Amino acid sequence: MSPMRRIMSFRDFDWTLFGIVALLGTISVLEIYSATLHTKYLGFHTKQIYWIVGGVVMMFLFSLIDYHKLIDWVPWAYGVCLMALVAVKLVGVKVLGAKRWIKIGPMHFQPSEWVKLILILAVARYFANLGGKNLTWKEIFKAFALVGVPMLLVLSQPDMGTALTYTPVLIAGLFLGGINLKQALVLTTAGLVLVVGAWNSGKVLKPYQKARLTGFINPDNDPKGAGYQVLQAKIAVGAGGIWGKGAEKGTQTQGAFIPIPHADFIFAAFGEEHGFVGAVFVLLLYFLILMRLIQNAQTAADLPGSLIIMGVVAVLTFQIAVNVGMVIGFMPVTGIPLPLMSYGGSSVLFTFLALGVVMNVRMRRFVN
Amino acid sequence: MNFDKVTRGEKVPTLKLAVVQYAILALMLGLAAGLWRLQVLGAQNFKVLAEQNRIRKVPVLAPRGKLFDRENRLVVDNYPSVSCFLVREQNRNVDADLPQIARGLHLDLEQLRATLHRYRKSPGYQPIPIKEDLTADEHAFIEAHRNELPELETIEGERRLYPRDGFAAHLVGYVGEVSEEDLNQTRYAAYEPGDVVGKGGVEEMYDQVLRGQDGSRDVIVDSHGREVGFLGIQHAIPGQDLRLTIDNDLQKAAELALGDRNGAIVAMDPRNGEILAMVSRPSFDPNAFTVRIERTEWNKLITDPDHPLMNKAIQAQLAPGSTFKILMSVAGLQEGVAQDMHVNCAGGWGPYGYFHHCDEKHGAVDIHNAIPFSCDTFYYQLGDKLGIDRIAKYATEFGYGQKTGIDLPGEQAGLMPSQRWLTKNYHRRWYPDETLDVAIGQGAVAATPLQLARVIGGIASEGHLVRPHVVFPDQLPAEFRKDLYESLSGTGDVNLSINPENWTTITDGMAAVTQPGYFHTAGSAHLEGIDLAGKTGTAQVMSHQALDKTNKGHHTLPNVWFVGVVPRRNPELVVAVLWEHGEFSYYPARLGARVVAAYVEKQRRLAHNLMPVKAPTPPPVEVGAVWTTPNGAPNAKGETTAKLHAGKFFVGANGVVQPGSQNGQQANAKMGQAAMGRAAPQSSGNQTAKVAKPVQAAPQSAKLTSPALPGKGAAVKSQ
Repeated sequence: MSPMRRIMSFRDFDWTLFGIVALLGTISVLEIYSATLHTKYLGFHTKQIYWIVGGVVMMFLFSLIDYHKLIDWVPWAYGVCLMALVAVKLVGVKVLGAKRWIKIGPMHFQPSEWVKLILILAVARYFANLGGKNLTWKEIFKAFALVGVPMLLVLSQPDMGTALTYTPVLIAGLFLGGINLKQALVLTTAGLVLVVGAWNSGKVLKPYQKARLTGFINPDNDPKGAGYQVLQAKIAVGAGGIWGKGAEKGTQTQGAFIPIPHADFIFAAFGEEHGFVGAVFVLLLYFLILMRLIQNAQTAADLPGSLIIMGVVAVLTFQIAVNVGMVIGFMPVTGIPLPLMSYGGSSVLFTFLALGVVMNVRMRRFVN
Repeated sequence: MNFDKVTRGEKVPTLKLAVVQYAILALMLGLAAGLWRLQVLGAQNFKVLAEQNRIRKVPVLAPRGKLFDRENRLVVDNYPSVSCFLVREQNRNVDADLPQIARGLHLDLEQLRATLHRYRKSPGYQPIPIKEDLTADEHAFIEAHRNELPELETIEGERRLYPRDGFAAHLVGYVGEVSEEDLNQTRYAAYEPGDVVGKGGVEEMYDQVLRGQDGSRDVIVDSHGREVGFLGIQHAIPGQDLRLTIDNDLQKAAELALGDRNGAIVAMDPRNGEILAMVSRPSFDPNAFTVRIERTEWNKLITDPDHPLMNKAIQAQLAPGSTFKILMSVAGLQEGVAQDMHVNCAGGWGPYGYFHHCDEKHGAVDIHNAIPFSCDTFYYQLGDKLGIDRIAKYATEFGYGQKTGIDLPGEQAGLMPSQRWLTKNYHRRWYPDETLDVAIGQGAVAATPLQLARVIGGIASEGHLVRPHVVFPDQLPAEFRKDLYESLSGTGDVNLSINPENWTTITDGMAAVTQPGYFHTAGSAHLEGIDLAGKTGTAQVMSHQALDKTNKGHHTLPNVWFVGVVPRRNPELVVAVLWEHGEFSYYPARLGARVVAAYVEKQRRLAHNLMPVKAPTPPPVEVGAVWTTPNGAPNAKGETTAKLHAGKFFVGANGVVQPGSQNGQQANAKMGQAAMGRAAPQSSGNQTAKVAKPVQAAPQSAKLTSPALPGKGAAVKSQ
């Protein structure tokens, strides 16, 4: 009989959201092709296609697993994540001075990317259990610890960019989970003091990290050093003008002046070749995605569902803001990829998995 | 089942979600605003930056104009050569590579660092030349290290190739990298560091014309400086070739004549100022400068006491010695003083207490033998009669103490003392005794070899003085020529009339100098069959007393001069020879004579080559002709009729036409002319013209074969 176990139907899958995401993925592949045309990364667009296809499959698979189950499993996953992060610390592969990867067979894993998803679930679970009522300081500090431990591990890899993406998960959780204004103000003040103190102590951040963080403010001071990437990215975007130079015609992109034009700085390459119109169009797509996600959060069946979606929204928004901000010179260079656009298996898989969970929540919006 | 929106338990408040939505909207608008600022407002600016980023201008070096002698024989050539440039725009620090680069390219590390330092202010995309004229192994080094040392780039260009052994080195000059001091001057305003510029001689004076304009290849490079595309090329404009006035044959003769003696020889055509030869010794190898000169070599050149870089023909300011007596003679005769002077030379003269020596005891001397004898006593007395101011007036008029205005850099003016000069510089009166020294070209008088050539050539040309030059001006762009000649301070062309009688007296006196004769100073420079006139000069480096006290070392021997003209009046050639510390004045006279001999021999040879075989006057040529004469007024139809004539003429060697037999009308010479000129029917007209041509040409070739030296006594005439 029907204990209301409704057959799941892909009719409830968010095809609109999927359409926008697919459009962005296509743009991503085309721009990666254009940006890598004259570099040793030529051919990465096909790899990106594989990643996207893989991501879509994973998204559908994840949408089939009830998110309540995911929430049940998340403490285990959280534990595995912490272990993986410690393992990276011990046996990780060193790339460009940072240990971020574990090599298993032919595959390179970057556990810190997965931690994002686990944290979204963990935070959602935590605040859902609290029921959305007013938070005590103890509960707030527990939330801090929940996010803080993996964050510190990632920060020590060092991978400041990924570590920073964990903060919006916490902030969104606190904001939606019931923090009051007074607590928020106290925490903000304390955070500022902490950041300024850490900055001035000189122990937490390495000099190159500091240089990267400040380089964007006045890149002309050191155009060949820390400010170089920012400056070149700005030149690329600016030179694109209103209509852009056309695909494969961006001189900054094709001339390899933009660092890693297919990954972190893909928006610069895109901005150069497709101009203000193209860039704003991409921003619009992101806006639509985020609005659609928030709508899904509103219609979610329960608090954990809403919180999961809003966690995804927080991470995506943060990444978009920081990446695009970095490209146009508003933000420091942090190595945060642009979701759905930047080349990279971990980033693509994370995004699609996160969307899979969102779909999952949406498809169960009418399920008791 | 009917599922409505079910609220189960707690939900995220809608208000908070709305806040998030507005926050995201604000964020997106913020990012869009940022894009607007860059891509719409700043687009132009960033486009320029992007252009600079990716386009590299690779210079295409313009070949420098070649130099030819007056007969279009190559003097200075170019040869292909590869230069190495260092490109800084790669995002890497090249300092660490410098030791390796220095080793591979055989450079001095410190010098390389200094080179880079010099370019610190120039834009990053500008390549720095670090080594020119790469050898094969240096080129191989660069090729082999393309990956480790991507900042090295080679550019093919052309380098200067100068004649060997310093042939005409001072006249031609040399090229080198523009110095930092030069760059601060206005005339080098358009130059950039690393540009090769002419230094010294024609290379410097005519640099603007010779250098052409470097072009550039615009290539697209990536941030590693690798060429990934090609945008276009701005071709280099080659420099203009220049034809020099020098005659390689004469230059060679002058070079050989001077040998390794320190001094200078200038040969000039006094009719137009064209320098036919200019030699200065010691010489240097301009080729050493085309590739960056080694410091040690440079030091050697600039510290050499004999000043190898100095063009002594225009820069050595020395007492002219007895050559000054020509001017004294002009002054004395023009002032009417010298004509009636009869002096008894007893070995010197000393009216003011101090005895001024003469070389010999010449006995009775007047203006006619004073020049060949070079009798000091005569000129002491003439100078005393004229006084310093009259001497100075004439000397200055004729160009002593002034630049000649030759188109070579660094010309010196020499010095002509006068009362005013002494008062101004030494604040004292002129003692009449000092005039005696000046009268024989000693004292403070100083002149350059070129000045002497111009003055004495001008006097022999009846006072027509010219501006010497080494480049034919007609080949220069008008604007450049105007600027150039305005920039050359100098006396230029001057016409000073010399009384013909005086002119004859002086030139005859000069001619006697090289005639064998007792007391004649340069009898040994006599050239049989050549009307060489001239004047020797011996200029004491030290006073007689000082000389007596020292041993006669190399640098105490007098400088000796010879200025010769050929022929004696309205000369075609004037040669000035300076031999520093040459001791006897007939030595330079012999050197000058060799140059003159080379010149005359060449002219004779040319005359021979052009002269047709001296055939006896050709017999008149018989010419047949047909012509018409109009037959009076037109008839009723308006047609005119003409009468046809036919006949024969004899056309003589000088165009004289003799009437021959004729059927029909009578013909005379006049008719014959008419037949040839206008009325003759085509066929016969052609025929006459064909025959007439060599006949008319005959007088022209006769003109060409007339003696090259039209002056009196020229041996060429005898041909």
